[in-house]
Amino acid sequence: MSLNTKSIEGQDGSVNQSGINNFVVRFANVNGTGSASANHLFTKAIFRMGIPVTPKNIFPSNIQGLPTWYEVRVSEKGYLGRREGIDLLVAVNPQSMQADVESVRSGGYLLYDSSKKLGQEFIREDINYIGVPLMNMCNENYTDPRQRQLFKNIIYVGALAALFNIDFKELENLLDEQFKGKEKLIPANIKALQLGENYIQKNFKFPLDLRVERRDILKDSILMDGNSACGIGAVYAGATVAAWYPITPSTSVVEAFMDYAATLRVDKTTGKRNVAIVQAEDELAAIGMVIGAGWNGARAFTATSGPGVSLMNEFLGLAYFAEIPAVLIDVQRTGPSTGMPTRTQQSDIMEAAYASHGDTKHILLFPSTPKECFDMTADSFDLAEELQTPIIIMTDLDLGMNDHVSQPLQWDDKRKYKRGKVLSAEDLEKIERFGRYHDVDNDGIPYRTYPGTHPTKGSYFTRGTSRDEYAVYTEDGNKYKQNMDRLMKKWETAKSLVHKPELYQEKNISENGVLFFGTSTYSVEEAMDDMKAQGISIDAIRITSFPFNKTVEDFIKSHKKVFVIEQNRDAQMKSLISIELQIDPNKLISVLNYDGLPITAHHIVQEITTNLFQNQKVK
Amino acid sequence: MSYVRPKFRHPSLPTNKLGYTVDYYEGSLSTLCAGCGHDSISASVIQAAFELNIEPHRLAKLSGIGCSSKTPAYFLSHSHGFNSVHGRMPSVATGANLANKDLIYFGVSGDGDTASIGMGQFVHVIRRNLNMVYVVMNNGCYGLTKGQDSATADNGSKNKSGQVNPFESIDLASLAIELGATFVAQSFSGDKTQLIPLMKAAIKHPGFAFINVISPCVTFNNNVGSTKSYDYVREHVEATSTIDFVPQMTEITTSYGEGTTEKVKMHDGSFIQLNKLSKDWDPLDKRSAVNAIMSAKEKGEILTGLLYMNPDTQDLHQTINSSDTPLNMLHEKELCPGSTILKEINANFR
Ligand SMILES: Cc1ncc(C[n+]2csc(CCOP(=O)(O)OP(=O)(O)O)c2C)c(N)n1
Ligand code: SF4
Repeated sequence: MSLNTKSIEGQDGSVNQSGINNFVVRFANVNGTGSASANHLFTKAIFRMGIPVTPKNIFPSNIQGLPTWYEVRVSEKGYLGRREGIDLLVAVNPQSMQADVESVRSGGYLLYDSSKKLGQEFIREDINYIGVPLMNMCNENYTDPRQRQLFKNIIYVGALAALFNIDFKELENLLDEQFKGKEKLIPANIKALQLGENYIQKNFKFPLDLRVERRDILKDSILMDGNSACGIGAVYAGATVAAWYPITPSTSVVEAFMDYAATLRVDKTTGKRNVAIVQAEDELAAIGMVIGAGWNGARAFTATSGPGVSLMNEFLGLAYFAEIPAVLIDVQRTGPSTGMPTRTQQSDIMEAAYASHGDTKHILLFPSTPKECFDMTADSFDLAEELQTPIIIMTDLDLGMNDHVSQPLQWDDKRKYKRGKVLSAEDLEKIERFGRYHDVDNDGIPYRTYPGTHPTKGSYFTRGTSRDEYAVYTEDGNKYKQNMDRLMKKWETAKSLVHKPELYQEKNISENGVLFFGTSTYSVEEAMDDMKAQGISIDAIRITSFPFNKTVEDFIKSHKKVFVIEQNRDAQMKSLISIELQIDPNKLISVLNYDGLPITAHHIVQEITTNLFQNQKVK
Repeated sequence: MSYVRPKFRHPSLPTNKLGYTVDYYEGSLSTLCAGCGHDSISASVIQAAFELNIEPHRLAKLSGIGCSSKTPAYFLSHSHGFNSVHGRMPSVATGANLANKDLIYFGVSGDGDTASIGMGQFVHVIRRNLNMVYVVMNNGCYGLTKGQDSATADNGSKNKSGQVNPFESIDLASLAIELGATFVAQSFSGDKTQLIPLMKAAIKHPGFAFINVISPCVTFNNNVGSTKSYDYVREHVEATSTIDFVPQMTEITTSYGEGTTEKVKMHDGSFIQLNKLSKDWDPLDKRSAVNAIMSAKEKGEILTGLLYMNPDTQDLHQTINSSDTPLNMLHEKELCPGSTILKEINANFR
C-alpha cells in the first residue's frame, strides 16, 4: 500500500447495501491512448454477468491528447439513464486530475496511478484512495512503449475486476473473442489483467462494498449503439443507395451500413454488390443523390447531423413538393453551428419539422432505444415510399454513439417492403391518362411511375415549380392552392401511418402528465419511479412521431398540466406541440437540459416536484 | 415564345427504325424568348435522339434552374424529366443513375447553374465519371434573373448596359479535361451540323460526356461588345474538325483528304469520324486538347468540335462494382438478409 493511500475501510457505511449492482464508475482518460477498448471490456464483462449497465463516452472534439471520460452506470433496477454522482473514479489523466478528484462523491473512491506520489492538492479527507502503480508495473513487465501505454489500461481493468468482484472468466472470454485470429495477443492481455487483480488482492481489502453480483435480468438483451442499429435497419429495409458526408455523430450510421453491406449485399454468382454507397462532396450533394435515387425507384438514405440538415433544407423542400421518397437519419448534437459537436442534444426538432422555405412539413420519427433505431429505420423506407415524402429519423449522439442495453433486433421473414403507389407498365396500359398529382384515392397520395416503365405512357416532368395534376407547369393560383391542400390531406393520412405514441397508463390517474421522447425516456422512467416512491404519481406519454396523432392531443387536453421533457434550450417540442395542436403553451411546462450531457432522473424529479410544490404553496 | 408549332403534320414524315417520326421526340412548346440559342439546342437534342433511334422512355432528362434548365420540358415529352434545384442537377443525376444504370441520363445546365452555384457538384460528378451527357447552354449571363454576368463571361466582354466584365472567365471545357472528363466537346447553338453528331457521340459514350454549347441570350447578352453574341460567335468560331457519328455496323461512306481523317471507335462498335482541320491536335491526347483550346483563346477564337475523348473508360458503376441488375429492380430476396442472420448479428452484441 502506498503511503499516501488511505485505508478504504470504514469510510462510508451508506453505500453498503445499495452498492451492489448499483454504482457509477467514471474513467478519466486521454484521447487516443487506447483506453476505449479497455473501458468497453469492463462494461461488457458486467453486461455478461446479466446486470443492466449503461456506458457513456464523454469526449472532446479532438483526435489525440485532450481529456476524455467514460462513465459506466450499473443499475440492478435497469435504469439506463445517466446518473449524477461518481462512486469510483479511475484517474489516469494528470491533465484533468483536479476536476476529477473533485467530481467523486463524498465517501467514494479514487483509483489512481501511484507510481508517483499524489500531490497534496489532490487529497480529500472524505474520499478513499486506491493507488495502483500502473506505470511502474508496465515498465517492469513490458519493453515496447506502445504496449506500455496500452496495457496500463488493461491493468486497471484487472484491478477493478478484483475491487468489484467481476467474474474473471468473463474477461477472459471477451479477450478470446476480441482477438480471434490474433491469438498471440491474448496471453499478454490476460497477464495485464492479472497484474492488476493481484495487486489489489495483495494490497487492499476487496471486493468493495460497491460490487457486482451475477443476475439474470438481461435475458436475451443486446448491448448496441443506435447508429449500428440504424445501419443494420437500412440493410434490412432494402436500402440500395446511401449518399453521405462525414459528420460526428452520424458517421458511424453509414459506416455500419457499409460494414454489413460488405458481406450481406454481395451477389453470390457475380461477386458484385447490391448496393451503391457514395461519399458525397457535401450534404447538398448527399441529399440530392438520395432524392435522385428515390425518384428513380431505389430506396435511398443519408445520415447527418444538424449542420448537414441546414444545408439540405432546399432539397428537402423540393422533395416535399415534388413528392419524392427520401430517408434522412439526423443524429443530433449540440448546436448551433459546430456548438459542441461531440455532445448530445435534441435541438434539431424545429429545423427538421419545417425544413426548407415555403410551406413544408416533414415526418419525424423519434427512436429511444437501439431496437427502435433498427425498427424505425426499416419502417422509414416503407413510410417514405407510401407517403412519397422525406422521413427524418431524429436520434441523437447519446443514442447513436453510446452502447445501450436493448431488446434484440427482430425481423419477420414474411415482411414485404411497402413500395407505395407505383404504377407498372401493365397498370399504365389500363389508364386513359396518367396524372402524377391526381388524388385518385382521396387520401392525398397520388400514383407515381419510375422512369423507363412504359414507352408511351407514364412519363412526367418532376419539378419544384407549381404544376397541375398532370405535372404540367402552371402558375394558376387555384391549381397551386389545390395542390397544397392535397399535400395537407396527405399529412392527415400520415397520422394513421406513423408510429403510435406510448401511453404509460390505460386510464388517466393523475391530473398532471409528463411528455417526452427519444433518449430522455430512460431518465423519465426512472424519475417516475422516484416520484412514486415520494408519493407522486404522474401520467406519462412518449411521443414517437410527428405529425402528432389524436392520442397525443387527447393526453394533453385531458391533463391540467403537462411537463414536457426535452434536451434543448428553446423548448422546441413544446413549441411544435403548441403550434400544431393549437394548445395553450401555458399548460405545457418545460423541463429542459442543454449542457450537452444526457438528462438525468434527478434533474427531472427536482424540476417537476419544485413546480408542483410551489403551486401548492400558492394555493 | 419562340415558335408556334403547326398542329397538322405531314403524314409522310420519315420514321426512324423504331417507327417514330421526329415529332414524337418533341416536347411542350417553348416559353423561351424568340431566337434564344437554347431552343436551337433543344432542336438538336430532338434530332439526335430521333436519328439514334432512342426509345424516349429509356432516357431521363435532368436539369438545374435557369432558362437553359427549363428546356428539358421542350424536348422528349415521352421521357421522364427532373427539373431540380439551382446548380445541383449533378447530384440528382448521380442518385438517379445509381438507382438504374440502364437508362440514358441527359443533363442540361446553364453557365450560372454550372460555373457558379453548381461548381462543386460539376467538379465532383466529373471526378466520379458518371455515365451521363452534361450539356451546358452557355450564354455568359444569367438569363432567367435578367442578364447579370456569369462566371463564364469573358474578361473584357461588355454586357447590355455597357459595363465591361473585369473578372477572369472560367473555361468549362478545359476545366472538364483537367478534372478527368472522358468526353469533352464544345459547340455553338447555331451549328446543328456539328452539334447533332456531337450529341449522338456523347450519348453513346459510356462515361461522363460534356458538351459546352455557346448559346446566345438574345435578350440580355446579344449586344455589341459581348463575346457571347450571335455575331461575335459566328465570326470567331474555329472548329477542330468536322465530325460524323457513324452508328454501329454502318459502312463509312464519307471520305476525307489523306492523313487528316481520324476514326475513333466507340465501345459499342460505332465510330466517330473526324476530319481534322487543325494539325497539332489529337482527340485522344489530353495535352494537345488543352493546348488547342489555349492557343485558340490567344487568337481570340472559340474552338469547337470534339476536343478530347477517352473511349476506354470506367464509369461509376464499374468503380463501385455494383450489380448487373439495376438497383431499383432488386427485391426482398436479394436485399434482405433475413431473421437467421439477424440472430447472428444480435449474438455479436451480447
Ligand atoms: C438557390 C437559388 N438561388 C438563386 C436562384 C435564382 N436564379 C434562377 S435562374 C438563375 C441563373 C440562371 O443562369 P444560367 O444557369 O446561366 O441559366 P440561363 O437562364 O442563362 O439559361 C438564378 C440565379 C434560384 N433559383 N435558386
Ligand atoms: S432571357 Fe436569354 S436565356 Fe432566357 S430565354 Fe430569353 S434569350 Fe434565352
